[in-house]
Amino acid sequence: MSMRKTLIIASLLLPTQHLLFSQLANAQQSRFGEPATQKDIDKSFWSVFPDGEFLPEGEGNVATGRVLFKEQCNICHNMPGESDPVKDDIGKLFGVTDKKGKPNVEQTIGSYWPYSSTVFNYIRRAMPLLAPMSLTNSDYYSLTAYLLHENGVIPEDAVMNKDTLPKVEMPNKDGFIMAYPKVPEQYEVKR
Amino acid sequence: MSKDKKLPGIDTTDHVAKGGLLNRRLFLTSSIASTAALATASAAYGEDIIGEGQDDWTIYPGTDALEYSDRSRFEVENVKRFIPNFPQKFLDLRLTKYVARTPLDHLLGTITPNGLHFERSHQGIPDIDPDKHFLVIHGMVKNPLKYDIDALENYTTVSRHHYLECSGNSQVLFQETPTDQPIQQIHGLVSGTEWTGVLLSTLLDECGISPDAKWIIAEGADNGMMTRSIPIDKALDDTMIAIRQNGERIRPSQGYPMRLYTPGYEGNTSVKWLRSLYVSDRPVMSAQETAKYTDMMPDNKALQFSLEQDVKSIITRPSNTMSLKKKGLYEITGLAWSGKGKISRVEVSVDGGQTWGDAALEGPIHTKMLTRFRIPWMWEGGSAILQSRAYDEFGRIQPTRKELIDARGRNAFYHFHAVQSWGVSPNGEIKNVYA
Repeated sequence: MSMRKTLIIASLLLPTQHLLFSQLANAQQSRFGEPATQKDIDKSFWSVFPDGEFLPEGEGNVATGRVLFKEQCNICHNMPGESDPVKDDIGKLFGVTDKKGKPNVEQTIGSYWPYSSTVFNYIRRAMPLLAPMSLTNSDYYSLTAYLLHENGVIPEDAVMNKDTLPKVEMPNKDGFIMAYPKVPEQYEVKR
Repeated sequence: MSKDKKLPGIDTTDHVAKGGLLNRRLFLTSSIASTAALATASAAYGEDIIGEGQDDWTIYPGTDALEYSDRSRFEVENVKRFIPNFPQKFLDLRLTKYVARTPLDHLLGTITPNGLHFERSHQGIPDIDPDKHFLVIHGMVKNPLKYDIDALENYTTVSRHHYLECSGNSQVLFQETPTDQPIQQIHGLVSGTEWTGVLLSTLLDECGISPDAKWIIAEGADNGMMTRSIPIDKALDDTMIAIRQNGERIRPSQGYPMRLYTPGYEGNTSVKWLRSLYVSDRPVMSAQETAKYTDMMPDNKALQFSLEQDVKSIITRPSNTMSLKKKGLYEITGLAWSGKGKISRVEVSVDGGQTWGDAALEGPIHTKMLTRFRIPWMWEGGSAILQSRAYDEFGRIQPTRKELIDARGRNAFYHFHAVQSWGVSPNGEIKNVYA
């Protein structure tokens, strides 16, 4: 028997029903959650914040990233200088400087993304498409380094880890305006 | 049908705006069906068996009940979601067909059948075993807790009628030239449902959140682990962990066995296959709230976290998958909704916004839910431009396309909510037009 049913039956057996219904309402708020272990959390939570919180150990560089990109990513994404139209349709990762995009798939890391942490956060959870999370944290640092380098954000010899990545300043870091809780006056639709 | 011809019980001279718009009460007090000539069969009094002339379904026994019932076979071909063709090269790369649009022109009422609800995934629909899935709530809380589907079903659930709309819905109307895509392709990323779930405030209370909490970071268990940051005020307001749609467990494409559901917010924030809620003092700035789902403005700045959706409406009938076969009386009907609250008024114009008449709203009107409107229209055979314009209870008014683009440009991509115009030509053809 579920806890709720037990409570309802208990309430019917007791005389001060009015009082009991409020107690019942409180009782129903409670306590079907089980304690979450660190293992539960580690399995479920993969977010990384712009200030570097939750970035893992490990380290990567541009040269390793280039090799990994060729192996793991080039099947769907053009390398710099390539122009396979199918791969461009999937998403250009380099060589776009106009952040307006057309349509929005043509806004790249260099032209648009405001935080370096987002690059690592996204590719680690989502890429390679057919096998996300199939690489090591150092591999994902290397791929992040390569993507940032080919987008003109960091030099060829840069090393990415949990200390250096959050310090990378993105070209479009000031390109965003918070619309919560209210859209700023100048973008409101006038009637 | 000319203006002079009398329709029984209908006053077709009660005009409320130019172009033939009639008083909305017309359809409330009379039946349009009564204008149709009913064929009268002459009774046969001979020696014939009496079933002569009956259809097979009347004189033969029907089929068995099914454990999960199907639609009529006559509906299957015409009433279905729209899924764009992917080039073979995409399929070879195993990109998933990630979007399906609701056939709004084939539906009436406000509830979308579960099999016709729109869907959008980013890396496909996961096949989750509910016995192996749990949601963990952690971060700035006293007690990190986890919940499986059985635990959630134990709470007092709430059931609420709400819409869900992808923020990319209708984006093709930002384009310079009016598209000839059918209404389903233009606007079919919105659906209405009775969602059942546990209010997130209940679970956050149980976990004991810190007074410094400002955001919650929601992550899915799908391939790619969709991630969005939700303001704590929304999390403590009407956000729920949805476990059922229209009574039954939510479909895999809707987040089985549990999803975040944020009424009135852009659809992407209702994270499906929900697995982690991290209580935080700041947003995580995931790819889906920086690189995507941000609205480029004319000054090359992008609006970020434009979460609450605006007031919007569309005429679903007649629309551009139909044509008017003959002059006469038609019902104009459609859907209106607001991400902030209830729809309070919908006006309809058939002369491109020169004059407007009030449409009847079909109740009950729920907050943050599709509301059906209708108004009768006598079409005399000329050109017409059909438009609807919605108001919500907070006084927000749906803008014209020009007003929207004047303020936000044509590169915003998301959150197109301006008035839709259907152009009717003298031969009865209907097209998407800009007016």
